Amino acid sequence: METENVKPVREVVVPGDLLNEGDLKAGNGTYVLDGKIYASLLGVKSIASNYVNVIPLGGRYMPHPGDSVVGVVIDIGPSNWLVEINSPYPAPLHVNEVPWRVEFGDTARFLNLGQVILAKVLMVDETMKVQVTLNESGLRRLEGGHLVDISHSKVPRVIGKGGSMIQMIQNMTDCRIFVGQNGRIWIDGEMPNMLVAEEAIKMIAAEAHTNRLTERVKELLENRKTGLVE
Amino acid sequence: MSMESDIKFIDENGLRIDGRRPDELRHIKIEAGVLENADGSAYVEFGKNKVLAAVYGPRECHPRHLQNPSKAIIQCKYNMMTFSVSDRKRPGPDRRSVEISKIISEALESVVQTELFPRASIDVYMEILQANAGTRCAGLVAASVALADAGVPMKDIIPAIAVGKADGKLLLDLNKEEDNYGQADVPMAIIPKTGEVVLLQMDGHMTQEEFETALDMGIKACYEIYELQKDALKRRYAVETPEVEE
Repeated sequence: METENVKPVREVVVPGDLLNEGDLKAGNGTYVLDGKIYASLLGVKSIASNYVNVIPLGGRYMPHPGDSVVGVVIDIGPSNWLVEINSPYPAPLHVNEVPWRVEFGDTARFLNLGQVILAKVLMVDETMKVQVTLNESGLRRLEGGHLVDISHSKVPRVIGKGGSMIQMIQNMTDCRIFVGQNGRIWIDGEMPNMLVAEEAIKMIAAEAHTNRLTERVKELLENRKTGLVE
Repeated sequence: MSMESDIKFIDENGLRIDGRRPDELRHIKIEAGVLENADGSAYVEFGKNKVLAAVYGPRECHPRHLQNPSKAIIQCKYNMMTFSVSDRKRPGPDRRSVEISKIISEALESVVQTELFPRASIDVYMEILQANAGTRCAGLVAASVALADAGVPMKDIIPAIAVGKADGKLLLDLNKEEDNYGQADVPMAIIPKTGEVVLLQMDGHMTQEEFETALDMGIKACYEIYELQKDALKRRYAVETPEVEE
């Protein structure tokens, strides 16, 4: 693990910090003033394929088309549901966007208040009107289980490189886990196992900035192994 | 203001009653991310002033009629705790706190990229735990650090400071005695990047020359505070440099 120690320390920038370096283009979390690029977010500076980006350290989730999100039904209309997806804007789910045939006004029979769903963001327009869909394979109602909310900026860390982290938790706790891009995570399994998986995810979120996290999570899971149900 | 008094504000050595030079700031302490349940927060001390700021949002705007379809609105609430002053302050909004809430939200609107969040609301709450003159500046300093801490996109962080006049001399960052018995108080806030003034008020009397010198003194001090604000934000993540999985 020597290589991890020589990794260059990534620079933390605050809004207003100058990012200009050579002929780079302004990417996410930046703005341009008088031809110079400045950070507009508190985050970590990163340079990828000629773009300077600021990767946020916090902030609210903003929906993007194609994101898988875990949402909660908060309102029911005659031909649509309102889904809360942890962003500033609630997302309507229209009856045309579900895999069932729903009669007008019969929406509550299919999804009731508080129902948790795994949905996909269908479209977001410039006025931030969001639409989600269930019409795709893998998208569905989520019955039972636990929800864990973390910051959306920690999601890549929970998933790990190529899904390594989340797979390890799934295998060792024998739970089914869905991680929404909005930072909402659904866990289902035996009760003691769910609690261990929850603990592991909270630990990842709290220590997302540290190195060799996978090893420490593995250690935690092994320590808790005796309490798990096969 | 301008109550008659026989207090000497400047002694023979040219020092003020709290031992500062006329152009010296009070001790400033800024800490970011002090609250668990708010999206962003900051705690600021300006001498004896103690201010706590919390930011929620961007979130759905309620009541609905305040929503702006093209940008987010910033709703500020400046509140003094009952125990923040020596005579118990009657709780609740009054003429003064409504005014301060308004000018602070207008100052913040000039740096926050509100157009990214149409129809949303960004709520900023400032609680004055202890007051000793200059709380609107301390509140604004805390609010802008808390906004950055909440991950709200903004062009710059706003520093603020007051310059006043007591004993006929211009003084930076007035304390309570100088404010109460002095002749003028000029709070100001700027965008350091562009030098734009986003808050400027004046209470009392000054000549035009005095006013211009006061403005220069204040702007110079603002850049000092700006460094402290940036430092507070960076300190929060000093050890926390995340690796980013591609």
